[in-house]
Amino acid sequence: MIRAGPILAMLLAVFALWYAAAVPMNIREVLTEAERAGAAVTPATAVERRDANALGLVLANPGQISGTWAQDRPRLPAPHQVAGELWQSTVMEEIEGRRGLLNSGSLSNRGLLLHAWITLSATALGFLIGAGAGILLAIGIVHSKTMEKSVMPWAIVSQTVPIVALAPMIVVVLYSVGLQGLLPKAVISAYLSFFPVVVGMVKGLRAPDAMQTDLMRTWDASGWQVLTRLRLPASMPYLFASLKIAVAAALVGAIVGELPVQGGGLGARMLAGSYYGQTAQIWAALFLAAALAAVLVAAIGGAQRLALRRMGGAA
Amino acid sequence: MSAAILALALWLGLWALNVWLATGPLANRIWARMAVPLLFGLTILVLWEIAVRALQVPLVILPPPSQIGARFGASLPVLWADFVQTIGRGALSGYLIGCGAAFLTAIAVDRFVFLKRGLLPLASFMAALPIVGTAPILVMWFGFDWQSKAAVVVVMVFFPMLVNTVAGLSETTAMQRDLMKSWGAGYWQGLLKLRLPAAMPFVFNGLKICTTLALIGAIVAEFFGSPTLGLGFRITTSVGQLALDMVWAAILVAALAGTGFYGLVALIERGVTFWHPSQRG
Repeated sequence: MIRAGPILAMLLAVFALWYAAAVPMNIREVLTEAERAGAAVTPATAVERRDANALGLVLANPGQISGTWAQDRPRLPAPHQVAGELWQSTVMEEIEGRRGLLNSGSLSNRGLLLHAWITLSATALGFLIGAGAGILLAIGIVHSKTMEKSVMPWAIVSQTVPIVALAPMIVVVLYSVGLQGLLPKAVISAYLSFFPVVVGMVKGLRAPDAMQTDLMRTWDASGWQVLTRLRLPASMPYLFASLKIAVAAALVGAIVGELPVQGGGLGARMLAGSYYGQTAQIWAALFLAAALAAVLVAAIGGAQRLALRRMGGAA
Repeated sequence: MSAAILALALWLGLWALNVWLATGPLANRIWARMAVPLLFGLTILVLWEIAVRALQVPLVILPPPSQIGARFGASLPVLWADFVQTIGRGALSGYLIGCGAAFLTAIAVDRFVFLKRGLLPLASFMAALPIVGTAPILVMWFGFDWQSKAAVVVVMVFFPMLVNTVAGLSETTAMQRDLMKSWGAGYWQGLLKLRLPAAMPFVFNGLKICTTLALIGAIVAEFFGSPTLGLGFRITTSVGQLALDMVWAAILVAALAGTGFYGLVALIERGVTFWHPSQRG
């Protein structure tokens, strides 16, 4: 309880701040609507309100504050509106929607679950490709000095390049050679998740000290045996630490990759929400993406505990 | 067919040269160490050029490097304007505001145990989230111009910077802190003379991570709406016109800017943390 107390207090503070911020953010639109509905608003015309301070407007119209938390298309939706939108577009859409799971047998394309699934599958595919390639390259780098000297500087330089700039082009190019759907997004995910794995694995494969490698040599172990019996087991803690970073990066890659594709997914959902001013929809997609990231990182953490326990380490 | 043989021969030849340079008698010369990655990059570029020409890959799929270079040279004014808009205005101002705010917050978090227990878990959680998703919201709030890009960058760099700085501030040992106390140093003296200098390697690690994040934030935010210049805008519109050489030229600008930005921070790091083992090599 002692550890949860401060976190809960900070969370409450965040929510309080959020509700408070929603008032000045949304007050103008609320006042405009109230004026149209015939209510008395203190600076009576829109022209006068345009130049007024938002906080001043709130103080002048305290009666309208509750309206700022219940708008249709607020600039900043209140927490309960986002939660409501999340509930509507996941559970309710699947149960009651015409295209929902209960009525059509498949996930609704108007609900968030289908889009989350699309994003998740692109993330998973890209993560597998990126992590696999990263591990292979790390093994190559540890075993070949030429490879290390040639490739490692470029691997570092490639990370200073804002790779998402490539996203639209990768998508278009792969489309024109006949590839579409999951793969273009997965390529971007793979690229982003690749580097943390390379760096972590190179460090991990080099973790055994000279004493241990000498011991392997006295046993006449081949390079392959040293790799599988000493280096790979020794690198596990490093691997999992970098996999956690990589999976979060893969999710970012999938979301950014969905921006130019418009084939569904949380990124496409955010873009659609931004085009049509559906702010609650953007926030709901954002929170679902956050939950997805948390679940993915937690899953890697679970795999880490399992692996370490099986290897007899301190889990 | 002859192109394939030529490519293969070039690859093998340059790779053999690289092996000789990396492991041969010259391996410890400084120029040899620089030459190895450069030769590797050159090999890739030459193979790319040969492959595109020999296979007659259409321009809309992959332009050859020579054409990208020509396009880059021909449209320098346009690209410079894009650079100033995206990097100079959006990314840089956001980077400074975000990293500065995170630095000050980290000192506050370090000072008050309550904040450390409450805010730090939230911050490490936030640092793993796809914050780039806030871009559409911030573009809606701050308009299409560079202010919204700077806002996205601020949100993106804040949490990694905060987590790194807080980790750095707890880097000193109890022995060192006791020594400061035995000299009668107050909180501020302890902070300025011992703990901040000790935190610098972590601070710079955060700053280096944030350089890339800042460029990513500024470019992605332009996908959600921008004035008619900027690297993100150039990339999306050129993809739409299938002018792939222009896209690659814009990416080249982003890559050069990213590498330069990172290199600049690394250079400052070298000056500030000259005492750290990783810098003495």
